Formats: sequence, C-alpha cells, structure tokens
Amino acid sequence: MLAKRIIPCLDIDRGRVVKGIKFEDVQDAGDPVEVARKYDAQGADELVFLDITASVDDRPTLFQTVEAVARQIYIPLTVGGGVRNCADVRALLSAGADKVSINTSAVENPDFVSEAGARYGVQCIVVAIDAKRVNKKKEPVRWEVFTHGGRKSTGLDAIEWARLIVQKGAGELLVTSIDRDGTKGGYDNELLHAISDAVSVPVIASGGVGTLEHLYDGFHDGGVDAVLAASIFHQGTYSVGEAKQYLSNRGVLVRS
Amino acid sequence: MAAIGVIDYGMGNLHSLGKALERVSGAGRVIISYDPDELLKCDRLVLPGVGGVRECMKELERLELNELVAEAARTKPLLGICLGMQVMLEWSDENGGVPALGLFPGRVSRFPDPPEDGSPNRLKVPHMGWNRVRQTRPHPLWEGIPDDAWFYFVHSYHAVPANPEHVIGSTDYGQTFASALARDNIAAFQFHPEKSQNHGMLLLANFTQWDPS
Repeated sequence: MLAKRIIPCLDIDRGRVVKGIKFEDVQDAGDPVEVARKYDAQGADELVFLDITASVDDRPTLFQTVEAVARQIYIPLTVGGGVRNCADVRALLSAGADKVSINTSAVENPDFVSEAGARYGVQCIVVAIDAKRVNKKKEPVRWEVFTHGGRKSTGLDAIEWARLIVQKGAGELLVTSIDRDGTKGGYDNELLHAISDAVSVPVIASGGVGTLEHLYDGFHDGGVDAVLAASIFHQGTYSVGEAKQYLSNRGVLVRS
Repeated sequence: MAAIGVIDYGMGNLHSLGKALERVSGAGRVIISYDPDELLKCDRLVLPGVGGVRECMKELERLELNELVAEAARTKPLLGICLGMQVMLEWSDENGGVPALGLFPGRVSRFPDPPEDGSPNRLKVPHMGWNRVRQTRPHPLWEGIPDDAWFYFVHSYHAVPANPEHVIGSTDYGQTFASALARDNIAAFQFHPEKSQNHGMLLLANFTQWDPS
C-alpha cells in the first residue's frame, strides 16, 4: 500500500536556506544542497523549496539552486514561490523541479492552473492554499483563502476553492493554516479533513508542527496523504528518521 | 562508445531522468533527442513520458518515433517509464480511448475515482507517492534490489497486460496492478526509478548493463 509521506520544507532566499518564524527573524541555515542531502539521507520522501526571495532579479539564483539540488538528490522536488505563468513553470521544471507549487497566481487566474496542468501534466502542478478561520464565535466554522503570505483576504471559501481548483487541474494540494503557522501548536486538522474529504487528489498538511504527535494527528485526524514540516527538522529537534520511526510505531505506514 | 538514448518527444521533464542515467552509466553517453537517426545509433533506449496518452501517441507519430520504438523493440534493450510504459500496451482507456504501440498485449485502465463520502480509507487518484513493488518474476533488472522495495509513483491509469507472464512486478493500491513488465529485450516500469532514490538508481544501472541477447 501507498506510504504516508514526510516532506521537509526549506525556505530559500537568494540561494540559501533560511529559517524564521513568519518571515521575521530570518536566519541563515545553510547551503540548500547540503541540507537537501541531509534530509535525503534521513529518509525524506520528497522535498519542498519555497523561494522567499523578494527581488525578481534574483530569480536565476533560484534556478541554479534547483539545478544543483536536482543533480544530486533523486527524490521528488517541489519548488514554489513567485510562480506566475507557464514560462515560470517551464523554467523550474527544466531546472530540475519535479513539481511546482502555485499560490497567489492560482487565485488571480484559476485558468493558469488548467493551462499549466494541460501542458505539463497535472501531476506536477501543486496548488498551495493558505487558509484562515474567519467565522465568529458560535458561528459554524468557515475558512477563507488568503494570499501574499496571509496578508490579503480573497473572500474565497477554502473548501469551495479546493474543489474548484482541483477541477481546474491541480494534481495535489498543499494546505497551510495561517492560524497555526509558526505556533508549534499542531495542524488545523479540522480544515485538513474538510479539504481532504472534498477533493480526490492528495493533500499535504502544513502549518503548526511542533511535535511528532502533530504529524500523527495530521494523518489520523486530518486524513492527509503527506505532512510538511520545517522548523522541527531544521532546528534538529527531530530527524526525519525519528519522525518515521515514531509514526511507524503508531501504525502509520511509512517508507522505511 | 556505448550510448543510452532518451526519446524526447516533448512530453514532460527529462532532466532528472537524464541526470540519473548520466550518474549510473559511467563512461557511457546519454543522448536526449527526438531525432530518429541519432537515437537509432544508441545501444539502448529509454521511452519516458508524462501527460496524456493521446498527445503522447500523436507526438510519437508526428516525429516518426513510433517506428523507431518498434525497431528498438526488435533489436535492443528498451525501457518504458510511466506513460512510456502505458503506450507499450495495445490500447489505453485514457482520453476517450487511444490505440497504442502494442509491444505488450493488453490495455491501460483508470483507477476507480474515490467515493465522495469522506470515508476514511478511500484511495485518492492520482496514485501519488511511495509504494512497494513485489518482484513476481526474477529478472536481471531486479539484481541487487530487495523484494518489496519502495518506488515513487505518480499516475491515474495502470497497465492491464493480457499475458501474466509479462508481469515481473506488482503493486497494491486498492487492487493489485502490474507495476513492472518485461519480455525479451523490453522492460517497462509504471514508477519513476529516477525519483526513487537508491533502488531507482540501481535499477537504472542494471538497465545500462542489461544484455538480453
């Protein structure tokens, strides 16, 4: 049977791995090739690179980074951040990315997802959804899609949006809870479960991991196919191997 | 000098496959091309592919690569990967039904869509991620690879070969499906060896050494 996936996420700024909480207090955490190699050796099932470089002029640096990593790491690599059109998708795929993650541009133009999916295959099109609880207390729970790092409201209902963008051609969804991101309080499993139920494609959980139990909860309570985590791996709290051992002990099928 | 040709018919990203083959082929050259004459000179050929089967068959025919593949199928080691495997069957149900190359008797069918009832163990389509391959028959390409090793899959359709003797590997995803086929000098994998870490590299290395004659 298909294994549940553990995916370390690396924030990349001008060709370096950085770590920081919600883009504040950003610190250098090393060379992407070295970090990627370390996670690969620990048993990571895939890697996600999120380019947080502010300037478009630095884009070629990202391509070099992707190329350098792809030359040495033979597990799937997803790259996101600033993917705006098919030329961006193509450039990342030819640099060696296996999938690209599209966020803001999917909201601005859902047909871009259809076009990219039709041209490059839906299996390489990941749509990232940043969602936030917007209901008032005592109202039924409701999540809205936000863009621009969680700053801009779109008015879109997250569950409806997930359904629509999968129809458009998203091959996989990367769902981040803005409420939980950076809190280490665990994923928003209610959100994950609602989205996972609404779509037929795999869902990756993101935002809020602080313990290994949170990873388990993402699978068990959130019903997701993969979990993404950044800080627990970068800060060395746990290795990917330890995470897999823990999950395996609790009955989750992981690649050994 | 020994050369491996990767058939580039414009379907998908050949970067990781090219790099992986370069890494395992030692002194051998890796040629990524759509030119039948250039590819014909290679000692062995890889037919990769992602995307839809109709577009794939159309491009193979337009570039006159279907004849090249047929020629290779008679004369040299030939490896199909993912969609490259699926087009080796006779027929695919994808895109409303498309006749394919017919190097293996049988067809290609879609996994059933998951029910929309939120049941906990429903199976998502595409089948995406790491799954095990049971080696149902011995084959030189399995050399050094443990039975039930993990490989990386991304697909919504799967081969249904007519001849069970052609199945050298199978995988469970709601049903047991043929994830590796072989006969004579032809082998085909539904999974991506170029994204399957060490075992994938070993498989590709075995292909570069494979002497089916």
